[in-house]
Amino acid sequence: MKPLIDMRSIQKSFGSHTVLNGVDFEVLPGEVHALMGENGAGKSTLIKVLTGIYERDGGTIVVNGREVHYRHPKEAEQDGIVVIHQELNVIPTLTVAENIFLGREPKIGRTGIIRHKEMEKQAASYLRRLGMDLHPRELTGQLSVGKQQMVEIARAISTNAKCLIMDEPTAALTEREIQALFSIIRTLKEQGIAIVYISHRMEEIFTICDRISVLRDGQFIGTKRIEETNFDEIVQMMVGRQIGERFPKRSVTIGKERLRVEQLTKKGVFEGVSFSVRAGEVLGVAGLMGSGRTEIMEAIFGARPFDEGNIYIDGRPVHIRSPRQAVEHGIAMITEDRKQKGLILNMSVHENLTLPKSEQLATAGFIQSSKERDIVSSFIQRLNIKTSSPDLAVKALSGGNQQKVVFGKWLAMNPQILILDEPTRGVDVGAKKEIYEMINELAAQGVAIIMVSSELPEVLGMSDRVMVIHEGRVQAILENNELDQETVMRAATGGN
Amino acid sequence: MMEAKRKWDVKKLGPLIGLALLCIVLSILSEDFLTMNNWLNLLRQVSINALIAFGMTFVILTGGIDLSVGSVLALSSAITAGLMAQGVDGFLAILIGLLSGTVMGVLNGIIITKGRVAPFIATLATMTAFRGLTLVYTDGRPITGFASDDIMFQMMGRGYFFGVPVPIVLMLVVYIVLYVVLKKTTFGRHTYAIGGNEEASRLSGLRVDRLKIYVYALTGTLSALAGLILTSRLNSAQPTAGTAYELDAIAAVVLGGTSLSGGKGWIFGTLVGALIIGVLNNGLNLLNVSSFYQQVIKGAVILLAVLLDRRKEA
Repeated sequence: MKPLIDMRSIQKSFGSHTVLNGVDFEVLPGEVHALMGENGAGKSTLIKVLTGIYERDGGTIVVNGREVHYRHPKEAEQDGIVVIHQELNVIPTLTVAENIFLGREPKIGRTGIIRHKEMEKQAASYLRRLGMDLHPRELTGQLSVGKQQMVEIARAISTNAKCLIMDEPTAALTEREIQALFSIIRTLKEQGIAIVYISHRMEEIFTICDRISVLRDGQFIGTKRIEETNFDEIVQMMVGRQIGERFPKRSVTIGKERLRVEQLTKKGVFEGVSFSVRAGEVLGVAGLMGSGRTEIMEAIFGARPFDEGNIYIDGRPVHIRSPRQAVEHGIAMITEDRKQKGLILNMSVHENLTLPKSEQLATAGFIQSSKERDIVSSFIQRLNIKTSSPDLAVKALSGGNQQKVVFGKWLAMNPQILILDEPTRGVDVGAKKEIYEMINELAAQGVAIIMVSSELPEVLGMSDRVMVIHEGRVQAILENNELDQETVMRAATGGN
Repeated sequence: MMEAKRKWDVKKLGPLIGLALLCIVLSILSEDFLTMNNWLNLLRQVSINALIAFGMTFVILTGGIDLSVGSVLALSSAITAGLMAQGVDGFLAILIGLLSGTVMGVLNGIIITKGRVAPFIATLATMTAFRGLTLVYTDGRPITGFASDDIMFQMMGRGYFFGVPVPIVLMLVVYIVLYVVLKKTTFGRHTYAIGGNEEASRLSGLRVDRLKIYVYALTGTLSALAGLILTSRLNSAQPTAGTAYELDAIAAVVLGGTSLSGGKGWIFGTLVGALIIGVLNNGLNLLNVSSFYQQVIKGAVILLAVLLDRRKEA
């Protein structure tokens, strides 16, 4: 079969820094091709070179048998190469049909008057063809993230896309939405459309992809057919070394109860939530997205009001009404969305690391810079944060290193109770392992840890007990000995 | 990385280079421009806008805006003048005037944080209401002839401190204090943090609401201080004083390179921005440009500065 896209010996440098060094990448019509590599391996640069955001320094790109030099993503789109970004590009105040035809609305002659009926009819036919359960007249902003993503896919298909490049497409989707996305991907395949699938989630890649290409430090490592390879080989290709056990073991003696929550209720969001965590224990929290797990954690942390219920720390009742009070009680929370809720992106690594502690580090309101610098450098070292300088803006770091900064900023205040919401989202394999080791180290120091995660292998690999949330209620609290994914999934979807 | 750092430095120098160019051009066009007398006069005029703009810098750094500064200036001036006209001691009247500015700022802050009203709307409303209160209090007439013998009050607008006009001294002292606050204290650090990402700041345990109230209180107080200087210079409190001052203050902040979306900026830029506006006003007056054209030119300069700034970021 003739490749749809054929990139050969691609070279790209920024200044003296080589980002892509002789990368080959080939996409066949109708295949799902995973592009993998740790953060900073060059995946996004490769895509940007392909779609004309960056100009290549060397190598050739052949699309449909013709060598191309795109200067703008628009030109790539004209050749049927469309990128679906992680941050979706839909306009929430427009309908599904209006979004699909944005900028290409069918009009009456050249009057500028839109033929709404015609537009909705065509939109409906695209949606049907892709097996999407959507109405053209629905307002896009009221749809779930998964359905908004479908709108974007439908728009791409309506422009005659031949190759969709999907960047972390499942990062914000629920399990059910992921299944729906996979069935759409299979439909697209049947119609001969190629998918480039960028993701850190191994399980998904082995479920949906046909081939995997791996980059490491800007080098092309290899392309494998899915049936010829396995999980361990891919990880080794990505990190260039054996990383050993995926979930490091810990040996901790679990101490006395640190946090107890009784009958926590917020009408319509969660109800009657009771559980406890002990010193040195990791309580995993599983549940579908939208089950209320994040809301429960935010309520405990004082970031969201609740109607009823009691919280006890070390056996004493506490009243927490703001994150500040939670911090004063020794609770830290690593939020699920580090860009929106975790970091001040324009501020430096230094300033982010000391933010919750800045008042203790000051004398009469004046920042003691020498004291701060010591703490900052010790945390950069301890967490192995890769940054050229503590004064670098945190937005310049990779996802994994940003997440380490979030960890560091909370560890600096020596929390007794640590709530983690999706601690490894968008973090590559190597950094994941470091974060797991950090969690174990904290547990060993006697910190009580609550870890919310959508990745079941992570929950099962890290937790002593697993609490499953379903529609705002505690469906089950399971001891984690030989617990399997099916048992947890059944509880998370409302079964027993 | 080095490259990124250098770019930032050039960007920081931009307003200063603009100011220098402006001064060079004006000193060629007018021989009166570079005289000591003219500069003392110019700086005295700048001090009023600069004081307001310093406060505005903090507000804008938190991602807010304060449109009420001109009205706060007018009402606090009227209160001080009114008290003095009734025979209240100058020092006490000044103190009460400043405090009234603080209270108006706190009110802005409370409406914005506790009432969850967008800063633009909240201060648009108080701008109108404070102006109305000024007109009610003064009955629409200027308050004059109240402080002919009060040294303290006379000093504020017309006095000299080792040969330097007091308004300029006040401007520099406030500048230095606020520069240190922004650079060296947790208050300054938190101001940037809240403007950079309010939600993350709240979740980091910062007292977001309290800090915002302080910031609006600061702006209110500085507006009152600017009002007192103005009132002392004119020896009268005008009910329409300070009209449209918020625009000059915002222009100074923006010219200085502070981002209206918050979290990015610096107070030195604001000082330079206020100087650019002041030099422009002064120069155009010296060149006998009609005040109608002056507005056109000022508008064009602001636009040009922002466009150049945008180019550098791209």
